[in-house]
Amino acid sequence: MSYKWAASPYLVWMVIFIVVPIILVCYYSLTVRTDAGFRFSTDNFRRFFEPIYLKVLYRSIELAFVATVVCFILGYPLAYILARSDFKHTNVLIMLLVVPMWMNFLLRTYAWMTILEQNGVLNIVLSWLRLPTISILYTEAAVILGMVYNFLPFMVLPIYSVLSKIDPSVVEAAEDLGANGIIVFRKVIFPLSLPGVISGITMVFMPAVTTFVISRLLGGGQFTLIGNLIEQQFLYVSDWGFGSAISLAMMVLILLSMAVMSKFAGEDRGLGLW
Amino acid sequence: MAECIIELRNVSKDYDGTEALRDINLKIYRNEFVTLLGPSGCGKTTTLRIIGGFEQPTTGEVVFNNTSINHLPPYKRRVNTVFQRYALFPHMNVYENIAFGLRIKKLDEEVIEYKVKNMLKLVNLAGYEERKVDSLSGGQQQRVAIARALVNEPDVLLLDEPLGALDLKLRQDMQLELKHMQQSLGITFVYVTHDQEEALTMSDTIVVMREGRIQQIGTPIDIYNEPKNAFVADFIGESNIVDGIMVRDYLVEFANHRFECVDAGFGENEPVDVVIRPEDIKLVPESEGMLRGEVRSVVFKGVHYEMMVENGEYVWIVHDTLMQPVGSKVGMVITPQDIHIMRKEDQG
Repeated sequence: MSYKWAASPYLVWMVIFIVVPIILVCYYSLTVRTDAGFRFSTDNFRRFFEPIYLKVLYRSIELAFVATVVCFILGYPLAYILARSDFKHTNVLIMLLVVPMWMNFLLRTYAWMTILEQNGVLNIVLSWLRLPTISILYTEAAVILGMVYNFLPFMVLPIYSVLSKIDPSVVEAAEDLGANGIIVFRKVIFPLSLPGVISGITMVFMPAVTTFVISRLLGGGQFTLIGNLIEQQFLYVSDWGFGSAISLAMMVLILLSMAVMSKFAGEDRGLGLW
Repeated sequence: MAECIIELRNVSKDYDGTEALRDINLKIYRNEFVTLLGPSGCGKTTTLRIIGGFEQPTTGEVVFNNTSINHLPPYKRRVNTVFQRYALFPHMNVYENIAFGLRIKKLDEEVIEYKVKNMLKLVNLAGYEERKVDSLSGGQQQRVAIARALVNEPDVLLLDEPLGALDLKLRQDMQLELKHMQQSLGITFVYVTHDQEEALTMSDTIVVMREGRIQQIGTPIDIYNEPKNAFVADFIGESNIVDGIMVRDYLVEFANHRFECVDAGFGENEPVDVVIRPEDIKLVPESEGMLRGEVRSVVFKGVHYEMMVENGEYVWIVHDTLMQPVGSKVGMVITPQDIHIMRKEDQG
């Protein structure tokens, strides 16, 4: 018995909302509008390689990279503690990590604006404590903060899931063979958690590199990232051709880095986690 | 006997108030093959993990070469373990798995290579260096696990049901191989199993455990022939265990019949457990038997037939190479030295 027909609603959905849009994007990116209608051209792609846009690309990657590194530094120990703790609070901790994700992404980011602004919660607390106030809203730091805050669970959960599946007797075997805590971690636990790390990095880096909400709200529009650039082309400049070209270029970039990542993780483990 | 290498003194272990081990006293001598034998949940694995350092005894002392090692972490103990499910490192090949302990000791690469190759030869896996561990069969993984432990030249090797996952034929081969390795390398083995046949085949000393307590310590022959109580008798090989009464020295009554026996020193008319091995009951024509019964079932077991013979309230297990058909009336003869008398446990 096969229930393949049960997939057909999804197939229709996929064609309408994924395949057709991609074809449209390809079409727009490879054409320019003239008085006589649409004409084939690679101008849109050539334009993308102008220094001003490459700089935007570079800055997007840079910020996303920093955010990913911070997520990793914060997320790995957290995942490790979660996975190794066998006390009853583990589920509560995971809940605490996941609950913010139930709230709308935009709202969460707006909330950070009210925390960080000049007369915001953070500075009120600081002045109560008679500490100098800081103004980090509309800086790179605020953008990175927003990325880390929003994407941290995507780093923690895959690492936690891999760590908690490591056979405890493998760890005991390493101790038995003379490895102290540090060596056990370095030679056994960390290598075995790599698939989770890879998938965590991917799941943080990808959305971070293409975000436009965080950079616009917390960066105050001073930081045009690749996502903002695409948004502008479609909503403000109405240059759909160029917008499509950037989108396609980003897609290629993302697919390439995913391919590199899965090479890293080894053929059989790969990105199967998500 | 030789010097004592590991001693457990009054070791007890509680898990959240549940008693796992109770007052274990055990001496393990150098070059000895000791087997901890018992049903699951009897505390044999816990005992092994306490020796390995993975569990701390609640009370009592673990002594290694006359020094207490209670607070020594596993990585500082001169013992190595072969784990139940092998616990090989899945991200390393066979060579790196075996070399793991040597690399931690920071030996020279040539020395490591020499030792690993030697060890691979010993466990019949030469040429498997580059293989991934998950591409090996169960028996091969087992050998890698043994090699990984032995290459560190431990004073004591702990083995936690290492053959449990293998099929019968492979298990029997490995039993002999392990015994051979133990003898040729001169290492003390502490072996955990619930398989009494395995224990009898390999051990110098068997420690029978039940519900966290040691029931009997002895050589395989002692344990088989002179079980201390009905539990040991039942666990080591099949047994008929019946209630009896010690009428006086050298005379016991069970199954409504008085038998001569070789045991003495019980009180007059003391209730006792009587243990008789199935192979010690001889089937004879009905008129010649001490007990009479009817054959209820017959199962072919290879070398012998296992027959259930009903006599009054008891059903006797009898092993014999000659088959008696179901329903036939038979007599049973038991000679005095095959009747083992044990004090009732609960009153002890």
